[in-house]
Amino acid sequence: MAEFLQFLFSGLTVGAVYALVALGFTLIYNASGVVNFAQGEFVMLGGMVTVFAAAAGIPLLLAALIAIAAAVAIGLLLHRLAIEPARGASAVTLIIITIGASILLRGLAAIVFDKQFHKLPAFTGDTPIDIMGAAVQPQSFWVLGGTAVVVLALYVFLEHTITGKAVLATAANRLAARLVGINTTTIMALAFGGSAAIGAIAGILVTPITLTSYDVGTLLALKGFAAAMLGGMGNPVGAVVGGLLLGLLEAFGAGYLSSTYKDAFAFLVILIVLFAAPQGLFGRRVVERV
Amino acid sequence: MRVLANQRFLTLAILAVVIAVLPFVFPSSYYFRVASLVWVSALAAVGLNILMGQAGQVSLGHAAFFGIGAYAVAIGPAHLGIPSWAALLIGALLSAVLAYLVGRPILRLKGHYLAIATLGLGVLVALVITTESSWTGGPDGMPVERLTLFGWRVSGSSTWYWVTGGLLLVGTWIALNLDETPTGRAFRALHDSEVAAQVVGVDVARFKLQAFVIAAVYASLAGSALAFMNGFINPDQAGFLHSVELVTMVVLGGLGSVLGSIVGAAVLITLPQALTVFQEYEHLLLGLIIIVAMIFMRNGIVPSLSSLLVRKARS
Repeated sequence: MAEFLQFLFSGLTVGAVYALVALGFTLIYNASGVVNFAQGEFVMLGGMVTVFAAAAGIPLLLAALIAIAAAVAIGLLLHRLAIEPARGASAVTLIIITIGASILLRGLAAIVFDKQFHKLPAFTGDTPIDIMGAAVQPQSFWVLGGTAVVVLALYVFLEHTITGKAVLATAANRLAARLVGINTTTIMALAFGGSAAIGAIAGILVTPITLTSYDVGTLLALKGFAAAMLGGMGNPVGAVVGGLLLGLLEAFGAGYLSSTYKDAFAFLVILIVLFAAPQGLFGRRVVERV
Repeated sequence: MRVLANQRFLTLAILAVVIAVLPFVFPSSYYFRVASLVWVSALAAVGLNILMGQAGQVSLGHAAFFGIGAYAVAIGPAHLGIPSWAALLIGALLSAVLAYLVGRPILRLKGHYLAIATLGLGVLVALVITTESSWTGGPDGMPVERLTLFGWRVSGSSTWYWVTGGLLLVGTWIALNLDETPTGRAFRALHDSEVAAQVVGVDVARFKLQAFVIAAVYASLAGSALAFMNGFINPDQAGFLHSVELVTMVVLGGLGSVLGSIVGAAVLITLPQALTVFQEYEHLLLGLIIIVAMIFMRNGIVPSLSSLLVRKARS
């Protein structure tokens, strides 16, 4: 039981981070149709900027806010300078642009910061909490709680504010949204900024556990994309469930079967799920018009 | 039709002339090596273009087949006593069989779902290669025995320049001809609209699978060639980043254009070599160049430039 709980908590912690990355993917995808492969770089920026701001003597909370602001600025710039000028280009062209952006941001981080691994202190100490025999890092609760807050805030924003509803309208049908007077360009910029903020928060929360360096983004983008697809692209609930599921699969696979093949279980399950449900777990069935 | 035939001839002629002339302007053997790398990557890109550009299906795990080809010629002679040339063929066959078996269920998926499924396949293959270190040498990679054909030991950078150049020429010729066969036309019908293709009687599942298998064999042969040429391989060749690199070559050069895939490979291989003088700014510039190129030439380098030339010629 203790072992099971141990794996459960570590899976949920990692899964929460995947969920946030997947949520970022979904937000941008819904507003603009772009699959943003630079999503992982926002997570990297969140961790790295916080580490270096904190090292410069800035209090942790303020450093975290600076990191989120920096990521949002980069997200807005990415939209303004790289995505907006290529409006109307094919989906695959846009994907290559975001891949270019992720190479660029990684290169930039290696110059501005360095190529070392960095750690943040845990927010509330390192003493593990005993839960029925499982030793859980206090930071895990920060990650889970932080994720819950972000998901809740996003839900309230989308469902209960006019701007949020405009985002949903843009996601449902961009042309129709424009016809009823929604400025879809602003909405897209908002999605990039919001998505960058979510990524940065994930990076800040998880850095005390997993460390960070200039190149952590690639793997996170890959896992986040996988999580988003597992849940069904474009569905925020699916993104969160997909992320948590992916984290649990990895943790239990590594714990009970083989740690060297932990990534294999996750992707095997994704393949099997897609064979059975080609639109992901919560995806909409799309009818192609001819 | 005549114009098409001419265009096909033109692409082959340009490629043949470039391969033949370059050695006269190369100042050192380093250039032969870089050019051979370009030819090998171009071969994989030309194959991937059949799948992506002609049949319109995405693969984000294509390096898996590249890796299978590379490790087949490494493991075959070292662990199983198979001659190198036979290992090359076995690698290609293995890739074809894997593509066939996995392609059936995977290719039912569309768009981003297909992308993640192929990505998953790529990750799985790369993981097996990295983990089974008693066979593959693990993350450190393993040495590859030199290729020997009829007693002739293929080695030296200028020899490999001609071998890989010849391979690319043949691969390009096949890809260009494929475009003009019923299969090629079926691929294009798929690309434009799957439903419409099905309605007019194209066996969608079969042709998608065919394109996937052909692309896999191209990548496998390219992988084997690279392994022989370098005399050493590591799991990066099968990894996600290499898959992304291959897709970038195809899209950057121009999706659907055979010459474009070769140009894309040339740009993506030579650019980092040229950018090493900028040292730590290398990746920054590489990313910047990819973004700018895709914004201003959104259909890819070759289609954008050729339509520009046509417009110039008309005015």
